[in-house]
Amino acid sequence: MGERGETSSMGGGSDGAMDSFTSAKKISKRPKYSRFTQQELPACKPILTPGWVITTFILVGVVFIPIGLASLFASQRVVEIVDRYDEDCIPSRFKDKVLGYIQDEKTNKTCMRSLIVPKLMKSPIYVYYQLSNFYQNHRRYVKSRSDKQLRSNESMWKTTNCEPEALGEDGKPIVPCGLIAWSLFNDTYKFSVNNNPLDVNKRNIAWDSDREHKFGSDVYPRNFQSGGLIGGAKLNSSIPLNEQEDLIVWMRTAALPTFRKLYGRIEVDLEANKKITVTIKNNYNTYDFGGEKHLVLSTASWIGGKNDFLGVAYLAVGGICLFLAIAFILVYVLKPRPLGDPNYLSWNRNQAGRWN
Amino acid sequence: MTRGLRRMLHLSKLYSFSCFHQHGEDKHAQIGRRGYTRIVYCNDPDNPEAVQLKYKGNYVSTTKYTAANFVPKSLFEQFRRIANIYFLVVACVSFSPLAPFTALSVVGPLVLVIGGTMAKEALEDCRRRQQDVEANNRKVEVYSRTGTFHETQWKNLRVGNVVKVYRDEYFPADLLLLSSSYDDEDGICYVDTKNLDGETNLKLKQSLDVTSSFRDETCLREFTAKIRCEDPNDKLSSFVGNLHYNGKDYPLSPQQILLRDSKLKHTDYIYGVVIFTGHETKVMQNATHPRSKRSKVEKRMDKIIYILFSALILISFVGSFVFGIETRRDLVDKKNRRWYLRPDDTTVFYDPTRASLSAFFHFLTGLMLYGYLIPISLYVSIEIVKVLQTVFINRDLRMYYEATDEPAQARTSNLNEELGQVHTIFSDKTGTLTCNSMDFVRCSIAGIAYGRGETEVERALVARRDRPSEAHEISNEVIDGHGNAVHSGKPIGHSVVKGFNFRDERIMNGRWVEEPHPDLIQKFFQVLAICHTVIPDVDRETGDIYYEAESQDEAAFVIAARKVGLEFFERKPTSISLHELDYERDKNIVVRKYELLHVLEFSSSRKRMSVIVKSEGDLLLLCKGADSVMFDRLSKDGRLFEDETRDHIDKYSQVGLRVMVIAYRELGQEEYEKWEEEFLKARVSFSADRDALLDAAADKIERELILLGATAVEDKLQEGVPQCLEKLAQAQIRVWMLTGDKLETAVNIGYACRLLRQGMKEIVITLDSPDIKQLEKQGDEEALAKACLESISKQIREGKSQLTSAEEGAMECGLIIDGKSLNFALNKHLEDKLLDLAINCASVICCRSSPKQKALVTRLVKQKLGKTTLSVGDGANDVSMLQEADIGVGISGVEGMQAVMASDFAIPQFRFLERLLLVHGHWCYRRIAMMICYFFYKNIAFGFTLFWFEAYASFSGQPAYNDWDMSFYNVFFTSLPVIALGVFDQDVSACFCLEYPLLYQEGAQNKLFSWCRILGWMANGVGSSIIIFFCTTNVMVEQAFRRDGRVADFEVLGVTMYTCVVWAVNCQMAISINYFTWIQHFFIWSSVAFWYIFMLIYGYISPTISTTAYMVFLEAATPSLLYWLSTLLVVVSTLLPYFSYRAFQTWLQPMPHDRIQSIQQECSEIETSKDKPKRPKEHTKHCES
Repeated sequence: MGERGETSSMGGGSDGAMDSFTSAKKISKRPKYSRFTQQELPACKPILTPGWVITTFILVGVVFIPIGLASLFASQRVVEIVDRYDEDCIPSRFKDKVLGYIQDEKTNKTCMRSLIVPKLMKSPIYVYYQLSNFYQNHRRYVKSRSDKQLRSNESMWKTTNCEPEALGEDGKPIVPCGLIAWSLFNDTYKFSVNNNPLDVNKRNIAWDSDREHKFGSDVYPRNFQSGGLIGGAKLNSSIPLNEQEDLIVWMRTAALPTFRKLYGRIEVDLEANKKITVTIKNNYNTYDFGGEKHLVLSTASWIGGKNDFLGVAYLAVGGICLFLAIAFILVYVLKPRPLGDPNYLSWNRNQAGRWN
Repeated sequence: MTRGLRRMLHLSKLYSFSCFHQHGEDKHAQIGRRGYTRIVYCNDPDNPEAVQLKYKGNYVSTTKYTAANFVPKSLFEQFRRIANIYFLVVACVSFSPLAPFTALSVVGPLVLVIGGTMAKEALEDCRRRQQDVEANNRKVEVYSRTGTFHETQWKNLRVGNVVKVYRDEYFPADLLLLSSSYDDEDGICYVDTKNLDGETNLKLKQSLDVTSSFRDETCLREFTAKIRCEDPNDKLSSFVGNLHYNGKDYPLSPQQILLRDSKLKHTDYIYGVVIFTGHETKVMQNATHPRSKRSKVEKRMDKIIYILFSALILISFVGSFVFGIETRRDLVDKKNRRWYLRPDDTTVFYDPTRASLSAFFHFLTGLMLYGYLIPISLYVSIEIVKVLQTVFINRDLRMYYEATDEPAQARTSNLNEELGQVHTIFSDKTGTLTCNSMDFVRCSIAGIAYGRGETEVERALVARRDRPSEAHEISNEVIDGHGNAVHSGKPIGHSVVKGFNFRDERIMNGRWVEEPHPDLIQKFFQVLAICHTVIPDVDRETGDIYYEAESQDEAAFVIAARKVGLEFFERKPTSISLHELDYERDKNIVVRKYELLHVLEFSSSRKRMSVIVKSEGDLLLLCKGADSVMFDRLSKDGRLFEDETRDHIDKYSQVGLRVMVIAYRELGQEEYEKWEEEFLKARVSFSADRDALLDAAADKIERELILLGATAVEDKLQEGVPQCLEKLAQAQIRVWMLTGDKLETAVNIGYACRLLRQGMKEIVITLDSPDIKQLEKQGDEEALAKACLESISKQIREGKSQLTSAEEGAMECGLIIDGKSLNFALNKHLEDKLLDLAINCASVICCRSSPKQKALVTRLVKQKLGKTTLSVGDGANDVSMLQEADIGVGISGVEGMQAVMASDFAIPQFRFLERLLLVHGHWCYRRIAMMICYFFYKNIAFGFTLFWFEAYASFSGQPAYNDWDMSFYNVFFTSLPVIALGVFDQDVSACFCLEYPLLYQEGAQNKLFSWCRILGWMANGVGSSIIIFFCTTNVMVEQAFRRDGRVADFEVLGVTMYTCVVWAVNCQMAISINYFTWIQHFFIWSSVAFWYIFMLIYGYISPTISTTAYMVFLEAATPSLLYWLSTLLVVVSTLLPYFSYRAFQTWLQPMPHDRIQSIQQECSEIETSKDKPKRPKEHTKHCES
């Protein structure tokens, strides 16, 4: 980089000398012809003719609108029940001292909610908890884990990034260490329909790759939540980490401060207008930072959960393209101009002397 | 006498004796003092005293680095660039916990970039080293104590060695000439100094008398001497020293010094003593690093970098500000807000109690995180692109000149795009517009004009008068398949004999004897054959005679004389011999010898040259000179044909020919002897006014001349010059001709090369008026200067009003100004007015201008207008102009290397300038401009997604993507298509560039790199980032993103966003380029493909390495339809704004290239549908094969 140094102004001297030394060979300096060096490679030169423009716009519109309709339709078919319970699950006498209530281990945190199924929900029905204003993507939080420790028992001591949840009071490492694990979500839900309990399958809610490669089968919780400050859920120290799926799901940090995480699956169909009773253990403290808690029951279609945005966006873009196509046709009709009008370009001698 | 004469002949021309004597004496007194301390022990380098002096050997190294200092020095060079320092700081900080990503992912690319550039430097240096090695290992014969010469390598030479250099060999070091094998024992030799000063004429060197007898090896055995001389310096034409030999001191002058890199000519061998070696030689001392020029685009790019730096600081500040507030709120009254972050027990980086400090540290993190706004790879990519562009320039067959075997040569890659922005061209005349080869075309002898055939100028004159019909015919010269101009009519520049383009059957083939005055005709050509300083060079094998002439017109004269039967074939110090046609007797060829008595040589003040010869008892003075001095010197009887001759001379100079008046006189023996005595007295005098005395003496004999006639020599235009200039004018590039010629010649050449055109109004500014002349004679300098100034400012005012009236009448103006006026016009008060006038004229001609004035004019336009200037020239006198201008273009091949060495681009022919500017310049400008815009676009689009993500991560500094994905963004996923854009993109093909020169204005007016456009692209980048971020987050996040109910987490969102970015920027590239070869396709689509492949591979390797990217793509993203659909949605919506803008803009407000593209499209359609005759397109003549 820097300056390109032409060695010296006298470099030519030696060049010239070299010429005479090599003159026996008499190499011509004529550049060799190739389409590459002459910049004549065969090329396609697309230009924006009205035909192309209109075709492109219409094509995009024609492709996008059906996609939009299909996604919107799919989204509409998804049945979703969302229930915010963080406020309602505080008993009225604790309304003024919410924090005291949630932080006190002795208070009864059980809370009953009833949900009405609006439409037939085919199994599997996914149960999510949704938190908001919870910055799982905060840099301090994201970094506060030890992948090595999670993976194998030997790396138990590798707790570099886990401070302040690295070592327990006995000076031994916490497994799993770090803020993420420490703040594990600990509300629990029990569902029943007409007093018949609904089973929630909590198996297989985490990614296979996590279970198999990131969380070791020989790693058992140790020293977890044993400190003075208890963050969230406790773990059964007899179950290896790779089977603690709630933890694994939680440890996959969310991208945005409002997020859902899979809690489990209900593997029976729910009829419309059925009333589901949910028994919630409202343990998790979102009140400190003003986060909301929602319980979500949702079916899934090919686009996943209920999400109109995709369909609307596709329709919008498709619509805009069609509109632009029409606009362009109008412009084309109203202001026809042969694109390559040579008159414009022919050099007018009298103009040449002028400034532009 | 013999030797004296010969020396006179050349030497006084090379080194003014008077000058030498005046200053040389003082300097010789200084020997031994400071600056003059060098001592050389001749032929005795092993002398203990010599060894003690420790002069360096003859080893030469021109490399920038050595093995030892390469690393530190090149690193230092690298980090002189502000952006690199920024990256270095980032890399250092990345090892601290501040870093948002792993250190390796920051350091890796930096090392790659720096390492790459260093490798390039190393490679270039290696090449230089090879040249050095080659030079150092050349062989030379050196004398050894054993009494014989043996061969050794250049690098082994030491100060004091005696060397033997053969004919046509280069001198290995600066030598003192001891003796030479040339002719007699006078120790002279000829030297070719083309490599040093660019002058093509041979120089004569002469040894001291005391040493000139060392003709063989035995003589050298006893030779030892001591030279005391000046220290190494860079003055090529001076040398001070003396030779202490046999107890006596002999002064040395440059006359005895043979410089390294010059070449021995016409002499079988010489002996010399090495005085300066290696880097101490004058040529190496002269080696300078040329000032590095930077293009306007690059300067503007720096500004953009500053803008981006500010943007970077601004968003980092915003980020850290919000972060600080959020962090402070985390712990209020010992109560944790976001308890999951443990604000009560944290490090300084997140400490709520020291929130401002945390915010400051976070600011540093932000600088790193948003560092993508300042692309690390931009400089490297531009560097690569520019080097490849120069390859295209160097390899362009249409800028290769067969005759001299010279291709165009980009000597620097810094200025490629500047070629596309040229506003004004300053052109030298001689050697640049004209060939600097003189053709003898006309003569007037005894009042009769001879010579037919049209000169280029005449053709142009005809065209001027009879426009447009005939002019059209001339301009019909078409460009053939290889872009060479083919002239209609008689091919110019292909006359059978070089320097001779004379057609007249009355004179040729010996027919002149039948003309009315054969005796005068014979005299006339005798003058031409004898009165000159040409040296004949007889080819020993074929017997052909070549002439070695200092000025081209003398060669033309000698050739002309030969053509009519007076062949000059031998020059001896005392005589000149001709083969002459004896017309009076039997018309046989006889050898006639003319005894050369004196040469009264040419000087710019004398403007004439004479020789005094003796032939068959007659004493003759033969004289040729400029018409302005010659007519005053004619005798009464000698004016017989004066009127006719004057008439002819007028005609000749009107058509741009150089005129010389030829005269002679017969001398009486007595008169001559009297004069010679006086002359010799003047010559031996060593007083300061020796030159004046000599001139006065010469003046006395050059009188009472008898007029013979006049010659007219054509200064030939180079091939294709008028066509090229016309094209440049069409491209609205202003061309100024700066020449040392006189006004009339300059104007004529101006018309010939169509700088001035029919119907143009000439505005002439000159001091050639009677009043001024009157004042000059009075000699009152103050009054003169005042009068001149007034006159000039009045003329400029008048010119301005002429201009306005011409503009009303839709006429163009041409400004002609002479050097003397320029001196006054270039002062502070007038230069603005002059410039104002000049820039409104279509062409400007400055005649009689000195090299310095050329540079001043260039600087004036460059600085006052702030537009790009280009200077083109071929000789040493153009060097200052070439260096002053934004771009210096040297014409290579003819006049030595000086101009080429000082230039940025070298082309073998002026006409290639057209292609260099209109095609390469336009393309390079367009490519670099687009490339930079796009580069910023893609980095802003990427960098801002990070920022939006931050906004949703409470500005904690967490990057949205995996570390390595981010580091590879600029290296693998987006860099190759940009490079392809920078190297290959063409808006329209070369022939359409030439067909529609107006296209060039896009560059000259900087339309493609205007702030509007740059900011537009940046806004597009921000827009794309918004679309990418908000579409992907809204589509993916929160609800399940696949059928199995799983939700997208941080990693999946990152991958999706990244995929969208890669697609969007690459597709944006695809819709903004105009030229798709397979290379573009390959680079663009393989970049996208590579992202997927990378994700597959990177995601597949162990999670220890891939961390957050492990299996994300394969397991999570691929099976999700939403992932693919969001890619499609995002890509189309990011492209939509630009695409619709372009669609409407090309239709409603097309730029020139849009229009030309559609013409090109139409043409190719017509061609493919084969109905050409249906639509004959006049405007595509360049492009029809």
